Amino acid sequence: MNRYPLWKYIVLVLVIAFGFIYALPNVYKKDFAVQISADTGHVLDASVENNIETAFSKQQIKDLRMEKQADDSWLYRFATADDQLRADDIIKDTAGDGYTVALNSAATTPKWLQDLGALPMRLGLDLSGGVHFLLAIDINSLIEHRMQASERNISDDLRKAGIRYLALADNDKGINIRLKNREDVDKTVSILSQTYPELTRTISPEGDNWVIQLKLSPSAKADAENFAVEKTLSVLRKRIDELGVSEPVVQRQGADRISVDLPGIQDTARAQQILGGTATLEFHLQDTEHDAVEAQASSAIPLGTSLYHYAPDEGGQTTPVLLQDRTILSGSSITNATSTIAEDGRPAVSITLGGGGEAAFYRVTGENIGKPLAIIYVETKLTPVLLKGTTEYTQRKTEKVISIATIQSALPSTFQITGLGDPKEARDLALLLRAGSLPTPVAVIEESTLGPSLGQQNIDKGIFSIEVGFIAIVIFMSLYYRLFGILANIALGMNLVLLVAVLSVLGATLSLPGIAGILLTLGMAVDANVLIFERIREELRNGLSPHASIQAGYERAFSTIVDSNVTTLIAAVALLMIGTGSIKGFAVTLTIGILTSMFTAITGTRAIAHLIYGRKTRLTHISIGI
Amino acid sequence: MEFFKHNTAIDFMALRKWAAFASGLATVLCILTLIINGLNWGLEFTGGTEIVTSFQAPADLENIRQTLETAGYHDVKVQVYGTAKMVLIRLAGQEKVGSNNLGQEVVGHLNGASLESSAYIGPEVGKELATNGALALVLALIGTAIYIAFRFEYRFAVSAAVALIHDPLIILGIFSYFQMEFTLTSLAALLTVMGYSLNDTIVVFDRIRENFRKNRKGSPTEIVNISVNQTLSRTIMTSGLTLLAVLSLLLFGGETLHGFATAMIVGIVVGTYSSIYVAGALAVALGLDRKDLLPVVRSALDDMP
Repeated sequence: MNRYPLWKYIVLVLVIAFGFIYALPNVYKKDFAVQISADTGHVLDASVENNIETAFSKQQIKDLRMEKQADDSWLYRFATADDQLRADDIIKDTAGDGYTVALNSAATTPKWLQDLGALPMRLGLDLSGGVHFLLAIDINSLIEHRMQASERNISDDLRKAGIRYLALADNDKGINIRLKNREDVDKTVSILSQTYPELTRTISPEGDNWVIQLKLSPSAKADAENFAVEKTLSVLRKRIDELGVSEPVVQRQGADRISVDLPGIQDTARAQQILGGTATLEFHLQDTEHDAVEAQASSAIPLGTSLYHYAPDEGGQTTPVLLQDRTILSGSSITNATSTIAEDGRPAVSITLGGGGEAAFYRVTGENIGKPLAIIYVETKLTPVLLKGTTEYTQRKTEKVISIATIQSALPSTFQITGLGDPKEARDLALLLRAGSLPTPVAVIEESTLGPSLGQQNIDKGIFSIEVGFIAIVIFMSLYYRLFGILANIALGMNLVLLVAVLSVLGATLSLPGIAGILLTLGMAVDANVLIFERIREELRNGLSPHASIQAGYERAFSTIVDSNVTTLIAAVALLMIGTGSIKGFAVTLTIGILTSMFTAITGTRAIAHLIYGRKTRLTHISIGI
Repeated sequence: MEFFKHNTAIDFMALRKWAAFASGLATVLCILTLIINGLNWGLEFTGGTEIVTSFQAPADLENIRQTLETAGYHDVKVQVYGTAKMVLIRLAGQEKVGSNNLGQEVVGHLNGASLESSAYIGPEVGKELATNGALALVLALIGTAIYIAFRFEYRFAVSAAVALIHDPLIILGIFSYFQMEFTLTSLAALLTVMGYSLNDTIVVFDRIRENFRKNRKGSPTEIVNISVNQTLSRTIMTSGLTLLAVLSLLLFGGETLHGFATAMIVGIVVGTYSSIYVAGALAVALGLDRKDLLPVVRSALDDMP
């Protein structure tokens, strides 16, 4: 009679097992933790560990345990938020400069679950508290700068090739080169096609003369945009590490926007200043004619130079060096940097220049072969200062010589820096160069802060309203539809578990609208069961046997259920297109909820109904509330 | 347990003239209030700054407003947020904002206040969101209309589309009349209601179609009446249960989801009404007939000797 084949039960059991396993991590509370990692040139070693342990025991703080993680950072777990905050201060003081210390909420998911890739849902800022920024990148000014630089370079190239142009100017449409005759046009085109493949050319006669119009090709434009956004993203990520934020979410939103979520951070001002701050890289020639040690001793710094301190060996002694004030290349000219291995097997960083500075750099380095070239990392750092009880921030420009290497040959637009300690340093330097400075200014166009207490309040309220809604539906369904109502309730519970599991697997962020979506899905999920049960009741009243009624109820209601769910799905997809974080969360929850509910409400309840009634051949009554 | 006996025979269609009148009147009133009062757009759409502060004691709103205006902020709106000790302060979009710590700055002017949350939204974001929101609304309308047109006969499609516009309009009218804040989540609710209300309508339509095919007798009005009665139990049950869930959200979900819950509740009630009256009655009024719904293939077979 009403029976499911075995494979359907197996599928059902597998799906439920999947649901429970992947929903499970959300049950575990998170530990209060502090994470510490070493900055470039520093290591986490036994002495750091001992110092921290000693400081802990002195201050009578007990950490639950310490874990050394795969990314070379350490994680200290604590029982209470209070311990966590105290420990944060202690670790910062003990470790000192050179280490990044961040508050963290560490998952307590058991290892076997983690091995299965089962992770809890991330909480949105409206639930965890924190700061959110939406930054806009000024891409137009970037393209403009690039075209201006190209114009200068083209001018240089044409002059070098002996081509005399009548006019060369860039406007919003592109670069216009006015040339006297066709011969010059041919020569110019051959230079342009070799050196500037990213520019599209339109050649047209104008009176006796010829005009070549150059535009950035759409693909080059897209590349430039992508590069700018990607670079800004990496710069921002690096800076967020400086802020000591755990689990930051920095992601591209649309073509030219970046959304930054910093859970746990309260100080918008500091976050904003650091995110928008400018750090850069400068190349200077070393002054080898004067003695730096003597200059330092006598404080008589030769004109046109500045005194720096440089540590050639990692963590070793610093030696004074004199560098010429003239910057021969700045970080804004670096378009890419990657760590590689040089021909002699030593670690190196390969640098790609662009944007106009490369020609001058080639000339200057060519004139100074054999001389040492220094790279300085310049950053404007914000330091909090406590003034009469209020915290203020002062800007401090820090300059650090990160490398001095001898120029082997005139440096073209792609060259390598060697003389680095080890591959890690090369990697870090490449990263620094890449993340060095923002390629183009960013503007904050959206900002929100939410206190952690308000976030917790939102979680509590959200969960409570789900509980109340769930229980109300469950009571009502069991009273109204009796045994079948209980089946529907089991399906509803399964739906909740499955929904949470799918959301977790997809790595979705749970926000307050997402909770509303879950609750709404519960309301809508019973709809399928109500449709089926009402149909079964009707068929029973029409005199059909219980078995036939169950059969008819499920089959006839099916198309109606699909129909009605499709319309809600259409609305949810339209919502997805609005594209804002929290609403997207709602739409995603609703979409997945509708899909899971169709599975649980139809297949789930029917399977149990078959288990209960399927084998009874002489079934005279079923418990469906009539 | 049963709320409705299986032979409920409420003559819904007898009241259809009154229902049409009521719906028409409500629609006109809603359009009027939307024109006259407009919507109280939320921060996401207008741009600007919104700050939530908490106080130790119930806050004096007028005092806060005056303090802030004296301090040089203009167009300051102050309202209670959830409890009397929490206050929502809203500064207009044209205010010089985006400064680093406007939230702290504002709270600094108020005695005993502490900052709970602050949000700044740039004017360009707001505009974009309004455009996208309108786009999503139109998209949902067109998408669902296409689906019904594809799935049902055109008289059904037109009636459902009318119901589809009717429901959000009533919600918007109520938001406008009571000047409730229309936020991004309210918009989400509006779109959800469109999907939800159609859900009800489709169930009724499905049954009408089935009954037309099953019963050879009966006028279209009778068939629609029977169908609405047959699905009544289901319609009320589902609406009631969803209402339970959303009510729980309104009562316990907190301030942030108020707009969403309110829009959903209004939407569920209006949607239930509209799927009974607007959609069914309108289909009859448009001249729905049995022959429109008979499957083409079967009639061709019947004609064979």
